[in-house]
Amino acid sequence: MFDLKRTPFHERTSKLSLPQNWRRWAGYIVAGSYDLVLDREYWAIRDAAALIDITPLMKYIIEGPDAAKLLHRMTPRDVLKMAVGQVFYTGWCDDDGKMLDDGTISRLSDTKFRLTSAEPSLRWLAMNAVGMDVTISEVTDQVAALSLQGPKSRTILNKVCAKSLDKLKFFRLTETKLAGVPVTISRTGYTGDLGYEIWMPADKALTLWDALIEAGRDYGIVPCGILAMDMARVEAGLFMIDVDYTATSHAWIAGQKSTPFEMGLGWTVALDKPGYFVGRRALEREYKEGSAWRLVGLEIEWEGLEKLYASVGLPPQIPGMAIRASLPVMHNGKQIGYASTSTWSPVLKKYIALAHLQRPHFEPGTRVAMEVTVEHHRLHAPATVVKTPFYEPEWKRK
Amino acid sequence: MAANQYDAIVIGAGHNGLVAASYLARAGKKVVILERREIVGGAAMTEEIFPGYRFTEFSYVVSLLRPEIIRDLELPKHGLKILPLPSTVTPLDNGDYLGSWDDHDLTRQEVYRHSPKDAEAYDEYSRVMARAAKAIKPIISMVPPDPSSLSPRDLLGLLKLGQYARSLSEKELYRIAKLVTQSSADLLDEWFEFDPLKGTKSASGIIGTFLGPRSPGTAYVLLHHYMGEIDGAFRAWGFAKNGTGGVSAAIASSARALGVEIRTNAPVDKVIVKGGVAAGVALQNGDELRAKIVLSAADPKRTFLQFVDGKHLPDDFVQSIKGFRVRGSSGKVNIALNALPDFTCLPGEGPLHRGAISISPSVDYIERAYDEAKYGQFSKNPYIDMIIPSMIDRDMAPPGHHVMSCFVQYAPYDIEGGWDDAKRDAFGETVISTIEKYAPNIRQCIVGKQVITPKDIERIAGITGGNIFHGELLLHQLFFFRPAPQWADFRTPLPGYYFGAAGAHPGGGVMGAPGKLAADAILKDGG
Repeated sequence: MFDLKRTPFHERTSKLSLPQNWRRWAGYIVAGSYDLVLDREYWAIRDAAALIDITPLMKYIIEGPDAAKLLHRMTPRDVLKMAVGQVFYTGWCDDDGKMLDDGTISRLSDTKFRLTSAEPSLRWLAMNAVGMDVTISEVTDQVAALSLQGPKSRTILNKVCAKSLDKLKFFRLTETKLAGVPVTISRTGYTGDLGYEIWMPADKALTLWDALIEAGRDYGIVPCGILAMDMARVEAGLFMIDVDYTATSHAWIAGQKSTPFEMGLGWTVALDKPGYFVGRRALEREYKEGSAWRLVGLEIEWEGLEKLYASVGLPPQIPGMAIRASLPVMHNGKQIGYASTSTWSPVLKKYIALAHLQRPHFEPGTRVAMEVTVEHHRLHAPATVVKTPFYEPEWKRK
Repeated sequence: MAANQYDAIVIGAGHNGLVAASYLARAGKKVVILERREIVGGAAMTEEIFPGYRFTEFSYVVSLLRPEIIRDLELPKHGLKILPLPSTVTPLDNGDYLGSWDDHDLTRQEVYRHSPKDAEAYDEYSRVMARAAKAIKPIISMVPPDPSSLSPRDLLGLLKLGQYARSLSEKELYRIAKLVTQSSADLLDEWFEFDPLKGTKSASGIIGTFLGPRSPGTAYVLLHHYMGEIDGAFRAWGFAKNGTGGVSAAIASSARALGVEIRTNAPVDKVIVKGGVAAGVALQNGDELRAKIVLSAADPKRTFLQFVDGKHLPDDFVQSIKGFRVRGSSGKVNIALNALPDFTCLPGEGPLHRGAISISPSVDYIERAYDEAKYGQFSKNPYIDMIIPSMIDRDMAPPGHHVMSCFVQYAPYDIEGGWDDAKRDAFGETVISTIEKYAPNIRQCIVGKQVITPKDIERIAGITGGNIFHGELLLHQLFFFRPAPQWADFRTPLPGYYFGAAGAHPGGGVMGAPGKLAADAILKDGG
């Protein structure tokens, strides 16, 4: 009664996690990492295959003649144009165009969709569905989910999958069987590498975990916690709710809220789509006037960082994991924004950050400075605004 | 510019040659790099000797690849990935093992199991060595000044070195002075009591030298191992994706992107000298290439005794180069396996397979191995440093199969009676039977094996004497002595002719520093 929820994989993951560093995620606990250092899990994402328990994602099935209409109205994407088997990533807003949440929409059939979200969304879905012929059900606990990410993920899945995934395109899904169990596999993920997410009945979770671990044995499969994934997602330029932006429903003041344009999600806002959608007017206005803020990538210059540390006789001290702390970003001595997540990137050998910068400082190539604390002194390291993703291997979309 | 007319010609597409060529091209020079073999990489090279099994044939780990080179040449963009090599396990004769893991507490527990006293000493030792490494590290990226010279450049260099030395505490200075003169066995005796721990640590002090753990000077080589650790998150040590050939491939890709012309199957005959200065290179096929700058990234003997006629170089310089010690002392056995070797000390597949496995049960074991080498024999019970690259990078072998890289010391270049096929086979057999003592199933797993003697290193990679560092890391062959007194600044007595490979400061390893520093010297001279 006083326990947080455990995912259906807990029986395996709890035995595998050496540090037992459980992290909270939407009412569940999941492994922070399995090894004592993150190297192996991180490099599995970038060079082999990482198996990640993503069950805590909120999942909803939206079904009925008006299902497409509901999601078309609730999100800024043109859901009416979506093909069956397609997956959309999107944020969604309140009527002021401020982001409430973000997630994926999967079109399972003409009249059936699955929505994932970070926040409980039943109420918001129901409010938007007034007068529509649609049923909404939450399936978070019934549908277990694993993410298999990394260059070897396809090879491993093909070994246990009833049909080959070679033709499955980026952001498409397929219904198939894995080790005899009916599953949905989408070519999606949170790492910016080749990867798939497997959606399965919760009571078959352990069967599939074991089947994947076995299939991946010769391909370097590694159970991976959310700490290593956190590094990879920054390299992929992907942000996280309540870390890189505050959900409008959690914001106390207007300044804490963000819009899709400010978050770099302009490409998801289909202003040319027919009809009303929540936040349309505000987003049209922002599109015309330009955004005041933008989430961008920052590359911290290593030489500059070395100089700051050398002044106290140290080599740069960068933790080998993603840091979720707000760091002021300066331009000519004046603060013009803040970094919300920073991380060392082992694959790029660069210190990188996601940062919210004010106009006009968010254009790529702009030179700014980010705060670093060197021996208890707050100093500023030179940094450059860059386009995201920081890292995008050629095989991600191929 | 006419065909075969360049700003600079680089001889040898080993990783240092590729680094130098890239830096010159980056500065706008028209550069060609000439490689004797059909592939680039030199001793940093990966080849598929048996179909499906890729061997990182000679060098097998990366430890000190310079961060500035990784950044300047954008090597990650060109495919460089350095994968973790998290542990070292020493199997013991009594069926137990000694492990060192990538977690401080685990290692401490492990050493404690063998010696509670050593467990405490281990922490302090690591700190002291890391601090000494940090103190000595700036010297790696420094051009050695000539202490006998009064030129402004050397005086400035000496001043810098002096200032630097003065910035160290007295304690640090004494520690460093001791480290460069001491034997690794003596150093380790001051700290530890558990013999396998001393044996394993001392092994890093003998790699690439023709010395034993009780020979003075080996403590310094040991220090090199700690240099990588102070880079923190930047860490450039580990196993390079695709083996060390992957490092060369990344640098070559960067070089091509910068406009470097890479010619393979282009062995060099002579450096062309006109009016007392380097003017180009004549290939063995008779082709002539012209440039005012010629940089050799070959070993010192080839660079100065083969490519250039003695008449163009001062006698004392030639004598120094002739006396430069390049005695090869190590070999490699690369093995293709159809299953993992099962080690008695830690049965089944486990973390030991993902790190280094060291056959170094004691200091005496290694010193005895050296004794045999002194008198022209390969060690009957050799020191072996094994890794299983396919456990770190799955693209090295077919699924379920493996490759194993065994670095073996000692195997003297000058073996009694000379190396022949029978001796090579016997050497390979000695290595397999040594491993067999600790992993009894190894022989059944072998599907192919490549045995490399120092003679083979010389023949294939073109390194005279087969010394993996192009010249031993002896005190009298380091810093301003490397490769010869007064000529440690990457310039040579022949104007226009430069030298930038492992035989120059700061030495061997897949580090790239000599290549970069040589390119810097050329650009500084206005080349």
